Amino acid sequence: MQGNAERYLNKERLPHIWCPGCGNGIVLGALIRAFDKMGVDQDKTVVISGIGCSSRASGYLDFNSMHTTHGRALAFATGIKLARPEINVFVLMGDGDASAIGGNHLIHAARRNIDITTVIFNNSIYGMTGGQYSPLTPRDCRATTAPYGTVERPFDLAGLAQAAGATYVGRATTYHTGLLTRLIISGACHKGFSVIEAVTACPVSFGRRNEMGSGHEMLMWQKEHGVPVEKAKHLTPEEMKDKFIIGELHKSVAPEYTEIYGQLIKKAQCSYKGE
Amino acid sequence: MTVLTSPVRSKKIVINKTWCKGCGICAALCSGVLIIDSSGKAAVVNAAQCTACGKCITHCPDFAISIRED
Repeated sequence: MQGNAERYLNKERLPHIWCPGCGNGIVLGALIRAFDKMGVDQDKTVVISGIGCSSRASGYLDFNSMHTTHGRALAFATGIKLARPEINVFVLMGDGDASAIGGNHLIHAARRNIDITTVIFNNSIYGMTGGQYSPLTPRDCRATTAPYGTVERPFDLAGLAQAAGATYVGRATTYHTGLLTRLIISGACHKGFSVIEAVTACPVSFGRRNEMGSGHEMLMWQKEHGVPVEKAKHLTPEEMKDKFIIGELHKSVAPEYTEIYGQLIKKAQCSYKGE
Repeated sequence: MTVLTSPVRSKKIVINKTWCKGCGICAALCSGVLIIDSSGKAAVVNAAQCTACGKCITHCPDFAISIRED
């Protein structure tokens, strides 16, 4: 298991329901190691998830947690953070949950720059419901709803979050677990909206249909296709074809939503009292 | 639980067979030390070669592997 980090797991609910070779457990492992390194206080932290395979993760954690409606984890998280700004709020979502059903919540949480750390498990598919393609399924990949391959262009989730105003954006894979843990720590320490995209494998619903092999082979695919930011700077567009950049992709400073909101409340109270 | 000792570093690789789903990621990442046995679960075959790098722990999706100091 995970040494001291295992105190963050709700062991009574293990073994989990994820399929053999599914990368979601690897992402969850990276997350609890990040919690351990930060010394996260379980009584001052809330973990919120939406719907889908990845969103089962909140149930395997020993925190005050919410397993909310599809795509709405960030809406619930925004309410909690506004009511109790001192609480650490982590949101766990899948790629479809975050970019399709909850796409609007994602861009507006980013626009507001609310101090929430969001980890998005990107397995390129709706696994739980039977392998339908999501907005992050790469073009030409097969899914139950795209038996001849998708014709749609996928979102660049990290680019979308940055463009919408997120002030911390990173991407890692389930092969690069050390990087994933470091990015989660950096995102959590960052004041503002942080998005960490965790590229993970779904060997059953995605890998099998796209001849990507077992969980281990998909892990090796991630190793070969994830290019660190510094290395990517020296590669030509041709060399970067079919590859993706991993690492800290964006970091900036902007006013944080709950701080501005708190200031507004004080201003309104002073105005009401005639001060 | 299966407990085998690595004499090199006095570390024990512990596999929780109840949680292991036999995906084979650990055996592929560290073929000298771990295998999937006939019961379909991870097992240690050569504890002496274990360097306690921890890769099997961080990449096990089932939280089924741990390395403990003696």
